[in-house]
Amino acid sequence: MKLFTILAKHKKAVLKKWLDSIVESYPQETARFLRNKKDQFANPVGYTIEVETEHLFDLLMEGMDREKVTPYLDRIIRIRAIQDFTPSQALYFVFALKYIIRHQVAEEIDSDALEQELVDLEASIDMMALVAFEVYMACREKIYDLRAKEIQQNAYLLLRRAELIVEKPGKDRIEDNAN
Amino acid sequence: MAAKTPSPEVVGQVDHHPPRKGWMDTKPEFKPGNYLYAAQPQNLEGVGLANPRTWNPLDDDWQLPADWKGTVREGIAERLQRYRSFKLFMDICVRCGACADKCHFFIGSGDPKNMPVLRAELLRSVYRGELKTAGKILGKMAGGRKLTEDVIKEWFYYFFQCTECRRCSVFCPYGIDTAEITIMARELLNLLGCNIDWIAGPVNNCFHNGNHLGLQPHTFKENVEYLLDDIEEYVGVKIEPTFNRKGAEILFITPSGDVFAEPGIFTFMGYLMLFEHIGLDYTWSTYASEGGNFGFFTSHEMMKRLNAKMYHEAKRLGVKWILGGECGHMWRVVHQYMDTMNGPADFLEMPINPVTGTVFNNASATKMVHITEFTADLIKNDKLNLDPSQNDHLTVTFHDSCNTSRGMGLLEEPRYVMNKVCNNFVDMAPQVTRENTFCCGSGSGLNAGEYLEMRMRGGLPRANGVKRVHEDKGANMLACVCAIDRAVLTPLMEYWVPDVDCCGVSELVGNALVMEGQGEREYNLRGEENPSYVPPPEPEEPEGEGEAEAGEEGAE
Ligand code: SF4
Ligand code: SF4
Repeated sequence: MKLFTILAKHKKAVLKKWLDSIVESYPQETARFLRNKKDQFANPVGYTIEVETEHLFDLLMEGMDREKVTPYLDRIIRIRAIQDFTPSQALYFVFALKYIIRHQVAEEIDSDALEQELVDLEASIDMMALVAFEVYMACREKIYDLRAKEIQQNAYLLLRRAELIVEKPGKDRIEDNAN
Repeated sequence: MAAKTPSPEVVGQVDHHPPRKGWMDTKPEFKPGNYLYAAQPQNLEGVGLANPRTWNPLDDDWQLPADWKGTVREGIAERLQRYRSFKLFMDICVRCGACADKCHFFIGSGDPKNMPVLRAELLRSVYRGELKTAGKILGKMAGGRKLTEDVIKEWFYYFFQCTECRRCSVFCPYGIDTAEITIMARELLNLLGCNIDWIAGPVNNCFHNGNHLGLQPHTFKENVEYLLDDIEEYVGVKIEPTFNRKGAEILFITPSGDVFAEPGIFTFMGYLMLFEHIGLDYTWSTYASEGGNFGFFTSHEMMKRLNAKMYHEAKRLGVKWILGGECGHMWRVVHQYMDTMNGPADFLEMPINPVTGTVFNNASATKMVHITEFTADLIKNDKLNLDPSQNDHLTVTFHDSCNTSRGMGLLEEPRYVMNKVCNNFVDMAPQVTRENTFCCGSGSGLNAGEYLEMRMRGGLPRANGVKRVHEDKGANMLACVCAIDRAVLTPLMEYWVPDVDCCGVSELVGNALVMEGQGEREYNLRGEENPSYVPPPEPEEPEGEGEAEAGEEGAE
């Protein structure tokens, strides 16, 4: 596709703008840190965003694939799902990519065929967004699930002694006896 | 499909930038999930703490006591007098920023007020604005501000997002320890009755019943007996420890979480097996039945009160010295405060390992030895019969707890022990281990259920280190020597690195110990089929009954 050839030239610029748009959802001082500190251990959030946005971009060029896109999105969303963001703030970054790409290549879209290619690409990003909703929900559900589990674990032996928990051998040993 | 989607321009035009305001003008917004529940009045009354009342951080009116401003001012002044470190830390910070990005809560939450320098500034600004002449006159210009209820709310919000882990202090050229500033701020909050129930409840229970959950002596004993039954079932050995036995050589104290919480109980079983294995003359106390000390997160006085029972009980039982189990903050209290607070322990003797004869000179002041030092000494002197292949399905990595690593320098002993009881030990990267370790995100009393989401933020950098060692070296078990870690790293891993489980070092020891008269070790201490178990060769029958395949199952 012609659009992909154009986009390949703009990859660096698109990724930079995309990273900026995510990083700037944090307060100024934090944004500076996320952008500038290049160390996967000292700055795991900035590092993850940088690495995974590139994965996502490359996948978009390769052709969107639900299976493949999930882990890349997961690594970013898993972080944003527990930070101080509303769901829309946590996920807007997927939609922002559409805006960034369209702006970046606007001047080079000089034919209907190219315009159609761009619309198709945007449809792929929409698909990415749909997967993002699922990933986000899964993260939130995990939090609720962990809360419930933790209560049981913290008083594990007392519950077991009171026969409120039964056991079976193997990995998922604990079962709620309540119902 | 694309036509129906809102145009990218619309999305692009929404401003996602947070508003730009000075830090003093940004107020925290309390929302369910981002604050800890307030202390219940009966838990404050039980130990005589100030301003017991029913309140909620979501309330507008926090029902602060009359003249609360005076209380805070006097509280600061008194502490500046009493603690020279506090006075120094208030005065000498040059705002170089070296500490700013070293806090796990800042890294994980992205909230700039979790930068240690800003966290300290929350209190320092009041010190300047209320107690220093320049700040009183110049106010904001001199970095000073006045006490308001909003300041107290902000303190409550951010000083309970500091786990007192001291990581920031490692990077400060002046050695400023923001943990100490948090300790002071929490003391001041306590003067107003702004405590959290997850700390106040355990403190009250511990004071009246000897442990955090308030287990009565018989319940404590019955719990231990339950675990003894499990050992009998899985290991085939009957153990009969003693409780409150006068004249025992050693008193063993460990955090009570290990007596009822998962996976701490498996570590507890490891202790019981180890002591049986070497025939140790020791006893449990059902009164000093808690190694943890949430008084440390309340005030110096409360820490002293709760810690005192260790020596009282050692004296009453007439033991020679004390052995302590795997705990983080218990060891910080023992190592840094116990001798000055409740010592000298001149009624105890210099700890000597009765099996190896090793003199624990390092414990000459407190007369209390860490279980990992003790175990390492036993292994070094070849006193344990170990079969590390029982842990072969595990690739173990180690979380250095802040308190034992930065707080007392216990770095080599756990690694030595793990290398002897497991065949596959891998360390995480040096940026995230030993003195540089990242906190579990739930220490200093923040391990409450309602705070889980915040804890996932605080624990992010730790989990990130584990994730790397999991992906690069196949680690599937995160060991630690702290009861709070065992409890909180379990959900932390489940959220961030779900293929990694969590255990105490002594659980690994227990699984590797070859006990006299033991049965087939088909099950591990968790009652799971042990994937590393190799059944003895069958004498006659050529068919192996597929049991060998058990080794495959569950190995991840
Ligand atoms: S002591 Fe730990 S939690 Fe507290 S500010 Fe320093 S690094 Fe952060
Ligand atoms: S590193 Fe020390 S001197 Fe520098 S800002 Fe932090 S506390 Fe202040």
